[in-house]
Amino acid sequence: MPHDHHDHDHGHGHGHAHHSHEGMSPSGHPYRADQDAPLTDAQALEIAVRELLVEKGIVTEAQIAEAIARMDARSPAMGAKVVARAWTDPAYKARLLADGSAAARELGADIDALKLVVVENDAATHNVIVCTLCSCYPRTLLGLPPDWYKQRAYRSRVVIEPRRVLSEFGLDLPDEVAVRVHDSTADMRYLVLPARPQGTEGWSEERLAALVDRDSMIGVAVPRLPAGDEAAAAG
Amino acid sequence: MAERVRVKDWRPRGFHLRTPWYLRGKTGVIERRLGEFGNPEQLAYGLPAEKKPLLRVRFTMREIWGDAAERPDDTLDAEIYAHWLEPVADAETTDAP
Repeated sequence: MPHDHHDHDHGHGHGHAHHSHEGMSPSGHPYRADQDAPLTDAQALEIAVRELLVEKGIVTEAQIAEAIARMDARSPAMGAKVVARAWTDPAYKARLLADGSAAARELGADIDALKLVVVENDAATHNVIVCTLCSCYPRTLLGLPPDWYKQRAYRSRVVIEPRRVLSEFGLDLPDEVAVRVHDSTADMRYLVLPARPQGTEGWSEERLAALVDRDSMIGVAVPRLPAGDEAAAAG
Repeated sequence: MAERVRVKDWRPRGFHLRTPWYLRGKTGVIERRLGEFGNPEQLAYGLPAEKKPLLRVRFTMREIWGDAAERPDDTLDAEIYAHWLEPVADAETTDAP
């Protein structure tokens, strides 16, 4: 379930030597039905409200396109920068845990009205974020959420059997580590501050930030050293 | 000692509620107080919204899922509005983290 690419389940190179390619496009992908279903009520409402706002001169189409582009441009890089700073600056980390929004703004993050709670992983605790009611996510800090984050399977299962779900993401937690699930039920949004990997002493913030990906800030993964660095750290 | 609260087991229908069903009637401890926020039950309908205190409450998986819990001592934190919470007397034997 942790895969984002639902459209490519039958893609290339999966060893289906004897798989029939009937019904497939020339490049081997299944044809998908056109989306000819009628608009849902919510889609019709969105279009009607948007057109009214434009018609009445409250916003322009260009402003709407600009707002969408601004949202699309956001990425987990800003979150990674926050994490790397917290790893290298204990005073910053203290401010981040006390008031996540203020500390994110300190680094120049344009997070709008985001009310951020930062939860810290350590040797005894692993945190993982979910929104069981919808898909609340710190979008202004991490960009758009992955598809699986919005799906019922993740949203319902991670509060019932978090260890099993994390294991499906490839993260097997030791027994002595307690799991803390955070359900974003209301006005707060959450960011996991992962533990800094061993063997990164003396690394620059930029190099550290490159270790921090989206999944580790949701809590379904932990930052790991690239294979070569891991060997160097161990040796 | 952490302050214990129980989520009210209200079952109103047809409203925009931010209290998940799986936590209704469950007891936890206040993890932190977050300040006051407009009541989503009014905001969702464009009504003037009263400011309501919002709290983070920590529950054990044992309290939420009982014997079916994957790991009874793991915990779950959720934001619950104060009007959905009621105090729990210390004498009551409930499970809290």
